[in-house]
Amino acid sequence: MPVDDRTLAQIALSRAEYDRLVAMLEREPTEVELGMASALWSEHCGYKHSKPLFHHFPTTGPRVLTEAGAENAGAIDLGDGWCAVFKMESHNHPSAIEPYEGAATGVGGILRDIFAMGMRPVALLDSLRFGPLSDAHNRHLFRGVVAGIGGYGNCIGVPTVGGEVQLAPEYSGNPLVNAMCVGVGRVEHLLSSAARGVGNPLVLVGADTGRDGIHGATFASVSLDADSSERRPAVQVGNPFLEKLLMEACVELAEQHKDWIEGLQDLGAAGLTSSAVESALRAGTGIDIDISLVPRREQGMTAYEVMLSESQERMLVIPKREHLEDVLALFHRWEIHADVIGTVTGDGMATIRDGAEVVGRAPIATLTDAPQYVVEGRRPAGLDEAHAFDLAALTDLEPARATQALLDLLASENMASRRWIFRQYDHQVLNNTVVPPGGDAAVIWLKGTNRGLAVATDCNGRFVGLEPRIGAQIAVAEAARNVVAVGGTPVAVTDCLNFGNPERPEVAYQLEQSIIGLAESCRVLGTPVVSGNASLYNETPNGAVLPTPTIGMLGIVADVRRALTCAPRAGDTLLLLGATLAQDALTLAGSEYLATAHNTVAGLPRIDLDFEARVQRIVLDAHALGLLTAAHDCSDGGLAVALAECALAGSIGIEAAGAVLGTRLDAALFGEAQSRFLVATQDAEAVRTLAQAAAVPCAVLGLATGDRLRLGPIDAALADIREAHEGGLGRILSGL
Amino acid sequence: MRAAVVVFPGTWSDGDCIYALGRVGVEAYRVWHREAPVFAPNDLVVLPGGFSYGDHLRCGAIARFSPVMQSVQAHAAAGGLVIGICNGFQILCEAALLPGVLMRNASLQFRCMPTHLVAENHASPFTRGIVIGRVLAVPISHGEGNYFADATTLDMLEATGRVAFRYADAAGRVNSEANPNGAQRNIAGILNERGNVLGMMPHPERACDPLLGGEDGNAIWQSVLGVVTVGA
Repeated sequence: MPVDDRTLAQIALSRAEYDRLVAMLEREPTEVELGMASALWSEHCGYKHSKPLFHHFPTTGPRVLTEAGAENAGAIDLGDGWCAVFKMESHNHPSAIEPYEGAATGVGGILRDIFAMGMRPVALLDSLRFGPLSDAHNRHLFRGVVAGIGGYGNCIGVPTVGGEVQLAPEYSGNPLVNAMCVGVGRVEHLLSSAARGVGNPLVLVGADTGRDGIHGATFASVSLDADSSERRPAVQVGNPFLEKLLMEACVELAEQHKDWIEGLQDLGAAGLTSSAVESALRAGTGIDIDISLVPRREQGMTAYEVMLSESQERMLVIPKREHLEDVLALFHRWEIHADVIGTVTGDGMATIRDGAEVVGRAPIATLTDAPQYVVEGRRPAGLDEAHAFDLAALTDLEPARATQALLDLLASENMASRRWIFRQYDHQVLNNTVVPPGGDAAVIWLKGTNRGLAVATDCNGRFVGLEPRIGAQIAVAEAARNVVAVGGTPVAVTDCLNFGNPERPEVAYQLEQSIIGLAESCRVLGTPVVSGNASLYNETPNGAVLPTPTIGMLGIVADVRRALTCAPRAGDTLLLLGATLAQDALTLAGSEYLATAHNTVAGLPRIDLDFEARVQRIVLDAHALGLLTAAHDCSDGGLAVALAECALAGSIGIEAAGAVLGTRLDAALFGEAQSRFLVATQDAEAVRTLAQAAAVPCAVLGLATGDRLRLGPIDAALADIREAHEGGLGRILSGL
Repeated sequence: MRAAVVVFPGTWSDGDCIYALGRVGVEAYRVWHREAPVFAPNDLVVLPGGFSYGDHLRCGAIARFSPVMQSVQAHAAAGGLVIGICNGFQILCEAALLPGVLMRNASLQFRCMPTHLVAENHASPFTRGIVIGRVLAVPISHGEGNYFADATTLDMLEATGRVAFRYADAAGRVNSEANPNGAQRNIAGILNERGNVLGMMPHPERACDPLLGGEDGNAIWQSVLGVVTVGA
């Protein structure tokens, strides 16, 4: 068939890629084949620019049960026959166009990845990035995304327990919506997504297939422009009610009738195409699908449309032939459609029929052999200049203004309490939530055991933008610190790599350096990368988003009844572990204070990973000895903000007026030096002894008492702090 | 006594209810909405929270037509105990087992948050174990929990002791600041005329274990156990 440049542009395939496809097929592709190849060769499905870098990641460890990339999500051994699977995925471009449905279907998609492996989803988290909320369109996106996440998660009955939100100008018009899901179950119930067993049927279950979301994977692989809103048909619409039934049926299948099936696979990006082709690839088999057997919600759909539809809430089941009727009956009992649409073949081909006519027949190996590109990176021009910025030359904060500076920071869009968001999410359903949203990490009880799962997401894009390798190291370190702060031992990572157009050398540099930094940090902290997702082309005509390799961290809390929060009790001594109280101006690099008080993003963030690991170890050791009543990661907003958060969590004042803060007040209060924890204890001497033995600095801040926060020159009533922090986001979103 | 926990398509608090009932020693079993069993007279029938039928049309509007609702109606008519929580409350209103409706929260947003309840009736099977003056910390999780009925109905409910729970502050004061959803007269739960059917928006099954933030919700199950002999 003749293919013009316009058609290729529509499916985001280059002429060279088209020629490569023709050479591999040794003929021109049919329309269906071209559509399938373009979707599978899209950046979203084919990882064209990111896969060549994945070799950097540590992916194995004593607890890792899956080979990275071999299944839908990574699986971690929790001991005693239990396992957890988890993954994070982006839904950035759909959310930019249609925030409610974009975010909702992002949640729906990541849930399917988890129950496709036979595990029951027990927790959702969302890492969000938007442009500043002073802009009405950003507020619209923000409200829509939060409503969409709640709309899906609340309805399906999986708690949304955590995540984070950051606002920066670079995300204007291209928000990031990264959804993470954690599932748990018995190791013996883990399912594979491989289409094994020649002659076994392919059964499509769930929603009927419509024209929604055609070429969504392609849409996710180009930059956003003024015409992007016309891509609205590429955005899908979610039905969490149907997915609830699908989830129950699939979990029941895994838990009670695993022997009936060979494989289970979700339909996500590129719909039936990627689902069927990838499950055949995993098994080394082929597939033969008759699209006339696929139930539709619209008339007149072509084979092309059926194969590329991204209608939500669909799964592909590969039952053993002899159990086909059992499997169909199980889904029918849950009042879900289930139809045989094809068979597993042994020929390594993807054969697509429309009734009697073969409309496509291409080797699985060709369709899944996306081209790989290594773009030579170029260090962005402004980095060295930003590093050279003379932070010490900035005028220091006047002591008399310190209290107001803290209140302003606490009320700012990046620091204000996220309660406005998470009170819209059911974070308790399933009765497992031990540490709810609002702290460093959420803790989910693994019922039937004494253990808990600590989960957190993190990434400070500002740091990554200033120095990608170090920023990515910090993202992992901080996510791990969040998990440690609730008493969890970090065990594994999922990542979501959000970057701009990777064909540009500056973005290629950010991508490669971030992956290297991320991998280095994971190695030192002993947390392999077990799953992930890359979302590239996050650009608008105004430029790329901040490089944002979002980290999802999973940790294990040995005794869930001893999970920590950041709430100190009256009479506790507060200690800063990991640094002296006095800090130099260099620690203002990339800080929130620098951005808000000086309208500047500059400096060189720093981290010593070995030291970070040592500090985390001390906190876990001190907790194991029963020395800690509370712990808190001291990072965004610095020491003063962290202390204020502790005071609010415990509803108790903190008396630290005598703290020796050195010569640089702004850095001591608001600097963002890494590898620091605030801890509360009844036995400060014992904690200090532990720290000294490991050569970790430990400074006494003061006592938890009264109803005021006093830190050096700061003196604020708890009620005023609460008003600033709790009311901040609501005021900003009201446009006040 | 056993508890029959009804599962509609889209119900998600069934497991939480079974867990909470287990905490107070009540054996529970699930009943799929297509079944229409005759419940044992002493059984407690639980309509749990969730989004039955995805809240399509109106919360609870489709679920009330499920076959199991005939069994629930019959059980209630025979004086058996029925509790509807959250979506279960909405279904009971749609099924006309309880008066009034649950409207969209006044904030127009979903709310998952701690609330405090005071019992207004200390004689019903569900509340007789709750001492006067006790404030229960029980969370809510709903988008449509704004209880509404006309003034005549509200007056009648109050005059006949059929307001089971009102939202209050931690000190037990009933005021508008403590009202999380705009419910008329801070109503969080109501009883039918005989007092054997309770509908409430807050989730007592979530306040069942200190590990999960408290166990005040158990007071309701324990009240029920006080009037029905365990094992009977």
